[in-house]
Amino acid sequence: MVPVLQVEHLRKVFPVDDRRTLLAVDDVSFSVAAGEKVAIIGESGSGKTTIARMVARLTDVTAGRIFLQGTDITQLTGRKLREHYRHMQLVFQSPADSFDPRCTLGDGIAEGLRNFGWQKQAAWQEMERLLMLCGLEVEIAQRYPHEVSGGQCQRAAIARALALRPKLLLLDEATSALDVTVQADILALLARLQRELSLAYLFICHDIALVQDFCDRVLVMHEGRIVEEGTPDEVIGAPQQTYTQRLIDSVL
Amino acid sequence: MSEVTVRVQVVRRDHLRRRLLFFGGLAGVLILAAFFSSSLCPYDPYEQNLAIAKAAPSAEHWLGTDRYGRDMLSRVIAGSFTSIFSTLLLVGFITVFGSLIGIFCAWSGKWIDTLIMRLADMFLAFPGLVFALAVAAVLGGGVHNAIFALAAISWPKYARLARSQMLAQQELPYMQAAKMAGCTPLRLICRHVVPNIAGPLLVTAMLDIGTMMMELAGLSFLGLGAKPPIPEWGSMMSDTRNLLATQPWVTLAPGFAIFLSVMIFNLLGDTVRDWLDPKNRR
Repeated sequence: MVPVLQVEHLRKVFPVDDRRTLLAVDDVSFSVAAGEKVAIIGESGSGKTTIARMVARLTDVTAGRIFLQGTDITQLTGRKLREHYRHMQLVFQSPADSFDPRCTLGDGIAEGLRNFGWQKQAAWQEMERLLMLCGLEVEIAQRYPHEVSGGQCQRAAIARALALRPKLLLLDEATSALDVTVQADILALLARLQRELSLAYLFICHDIALVQDFCDRVLVMHEGRIVEEGTPDEVIGAPQQTYTQRLIDSVL
Repeated sequence: MSEVTVRVQVVRRDHLRRRLLFFGGLAGVLILAAFFSSSLCPYDPYEQNLAIAKAAPSAEHWLGTDRYGRDMLSRVIAGSFTSIFSTLLLVGFITVFGSLIGIFCAWSGKWIDTLIMRLADMFLAFPGLVFALAVAAVLGGGVHNAIFALAAISWPKYARLARSQMLAQQELPYMQAAKMAGCTPLRLICRHVVPNIAGPLLVTAMLDIGTMMMELAGLSFLGLGAKPPIPEWGSMMSDTRNLLATQPWVTLAPGFAIFLSVMIFNLLGDTVRDWLDPKNRR
């Protein structure tokens, strides 16, 4: 069966100045199967977010290839890339910043539907359904991002990400800006949505405890490379690499 | 959101609305007065009567008369048309033109961006008024040439501002989310970029109305703007500057008109900036 996401030998080099470069991601390969929850963990600067941004095609890759449902999207641009965004959405770390401050949450959620040809009324009804699916009141559609709490905004961001019925959600530190109780609520919501909609998650995170309960497979990143891979029990219970052990010791 | 926070926001918004209505109303009155200036003049602003030349302010001539006996109040009112509309035309043009160039540069990137921005740097590096003087001197005097000269040196400011604002917006998560929601570049620019960068551009334009009015008046003062006998505040001050010590009203009247107009537009600009702040939206 074709994986939802397959990444082959991904590499990203950022220019620092005229002479120096920074190797952010070095020869990273992995895949995410349909309905699978994969986490990428690692310390700050290890290249996790760069991978998510490259997969989402928000940052160009230096080398390597990205396959989304079997199609190479590495070099896609314009209309063809927009079509593929139907299958993949990103939930950002800062929920309030991920909505246009001048648009209501309802407009933000319905925007993707409108872009893909939905009529205004149908898009609005679907948006209301998505809000309820994500445990929000319909009235929140009329609010602006700065008028709701971080948890409500992140639920709305998840509702927007689900609007195009994607197969893969990229969750870039999607719970780290929220307090602990709200984090638990959002994780419960994500778990329920995953069961109901058979979504695949690529979970970018540095909270090992959270990964242990939530994910099927864990990739540990260090200095741009994947240094360890396995189930949460394997990686966290019996780490093979010194770096992974250090990472676990620093958190648990 | 707590009830107290909502109440504070509502009070602030009401206060802002009153300020906006007040200064907007004043600016509207000024523009309307300029538009209907020919009907509002008590006397013909061009009619000379040497018998009453340099007359002091009186019940008949509220602001006195100039050296040719022309009623100063009528000339100040008539001068508002040229002074205000040439300024609005100039500011409107440089705001739209400069912003479009800036947005285009930020969107296209690469060598086109570099080329146009270096060109803008060249304009910015040159002393503005000296360049305007040179342009006006080459093209000759007149209001149209003065507007052209000032437009030529003023657009880069808006291009730079629009470009930097758009580049900053492009990096924000909501722009990336909109991109992933399938927005085309044109929709991204029209729906998300322009509304979010319009605030700083509009405020800069509002505050520039005063500056440009002064610069146009300055060029006219130097003889490169409106030609006599067309009434224009800058040229009126220039014509009458040697009477400042003996008959100050003939110089101070157009000067006060410039001061008042600049002040109204500046205060309106400040209020519009506060009004457009998303935090004060409700």
